[in-house]
Amino acid sequence: MMEAKEKIVTAAQVRNKTLLSLFFLFLFMGSSVLTWKWLQKQPKDQGALKPLRKALDVNESIFNGMFSNYHLAKTYPKEMAVAKVRVNGSAGIGDNFDPSAWKLKVIKSPGDTLFISLDEIKKLPKTEIVYDFKCIEGWSQITHWAGVRFSDFVKKYGLDAQAQFQFTGLETPDDEYYVGIDTKSMMHPQTLLCYEMNDAPLPMNQGYPLRLIIPVKYGVKNIKRIGTIYFSSSRPPDYWYERGYDYYCGL
Amino acid sequence: MKRIVKKHPLAIRWFHWLNFPILAVMIWSGMLIYWANDVYKIGWGDKTILKFFPDSFNKALNIPFRLAEGMNLHFFFMWIFAINGLLYVLFLLFSKEWKLIFPNKKSLKEAWFVVLHDLHIRKGLPPQKKYNAAQRIAYTGVIFMGLFMLLTGLAIYKPAQLYWLCYMLGGYEWARIEHFITTILFCLFFLVHIIQVILAGWNNFRGMVAGFEVIPLKKEMIVVADEEPIEPIETPIIKTDE
Repeated sequence: MMEAKEKIVTAAQVRNKTLLSLFFLFLFMGSSVLTWKWLQKQPKDQGALKPLRKALDVNESIFNGMFSNYHLAKTYPKEMAVAKVRVNGSAGIGDNFDPSAWKLKVIKSPGDTLFISLDEIKKLPKTEIVYDFKCIEGWSQITHWAGVRFSDFVKKYGLDAQAQFQFTGLETPDDEYYVGIDTKSMMHPQTLLCYEMNDAPLPMNQGYPLRLIIPVKYGVKNIKRIGTIYFSSSRPPDYWYERGYDYYCGL
Repeated sequence: MKRIVKKHPLAIRWFHWLNFPILAVMIWSGMLIYWANDVYKIGWGDKTILKFFPDSFNKALNIPFRLAEGMNLHFFFMWIFAINGLLYVLFLLFSKEWKLIFPNKKSLKEAWFVVLHDLHIRKGLPPQKKYNAAQRIAYTGVIFMGLFMLLTGLAIYKPAQLYWLCYMLGGYEWARIEHFITTILFCLFFLVHIIQVILAGWNNFRGMVAGFEVIPLKKEMIVVADEEPIEPIETPIIKTDE
């Protein structure tokens, strides 16, 4: 048997119950609007409304816990890679650049800096990847890259102690573009210091001579034309983070 | 005197109304995100019947160049949407309300009668409990749409960590399309829902606000209506199989 769900009441009781409930509904809708207005008036933290910035950081810690070197971005056969690779953004790869003078600068600690030429980097084991490069704007493109795994690079140059730092910072030679990435993601087996695209040296507009390919992040973290790499226990400055985007940008 | 019958439990009313602001924010912020790569359209080849969305539409709603803002809102309110939906489904299961909302064997056939009835082709409806067959199918469908929204959303959000989910949904780009289409379906559901609620009238609407509906008094009640209390009478409308 179901409980009796029926009652006989007066018209006034019906009216009062209805009005009371309507009052709560309006109160709820009203407070939703007020909460929204309150949110819009909050101060900003690095271009994002403070409460939302906090939420992004909480999301980061949640999904960072799920991160694993065994979780890989999907890869494709070489034939599926596009010939015409989209160029999105040119900050940090301006014309006032002398490729012949370029050397990768790796700051091990204050006063201890490595300068590594492209030829030296090319001597390290080469890794290729064909995957769908994902832009934060929402498009993706199957692209073909080659370079040295960052984790191999770290091993080869004895940067194991540096790789214990929570963050890695990367900057273009002119310092116009810069990203900060959790070192865990840098050490992911699909993360490359990349010098080839479609079996040819990187074009200038793709960041010749060396760019980052990091499939576990949105394109914004795949910095073109790396000048300097350094390590830090706090978040290095990040170009798009300062413009209101998520710091983590993890996929 | 009025004869009232309980309709929607308080919890269900809260879950229901919470969805209104949550979905408003989710769809709005979703549009801010979608704008940054607004490639979907209805058409074929070079022919476009409807572009999602027309420039005038974007401009009128002040959508352009707000990607970061959209993402930040979306990735906060997603939790509220998910938690509200999860609690709602748990409530359905534990309160046995699911028996009233999930379609049963007869629902498919009866839903057709409901459609014919609503189109004024057929007179009269099969006996029903809280929801008619068409409502059962629609409301259960929308629960699954909500779940699908979460899954496709997660697949786009973490395509590498949740590579298996992304794979099951047909890959990254398909998951994004599915997420988008489900949003459009949500909007269409909302439109039909509003129209149906208006057509169904105030008594039905009050069911979702105050939780009860007024039903006609029985003849014998009217005779004694002005006298003192009457025992509640079991009526065919709420009779159950139990």
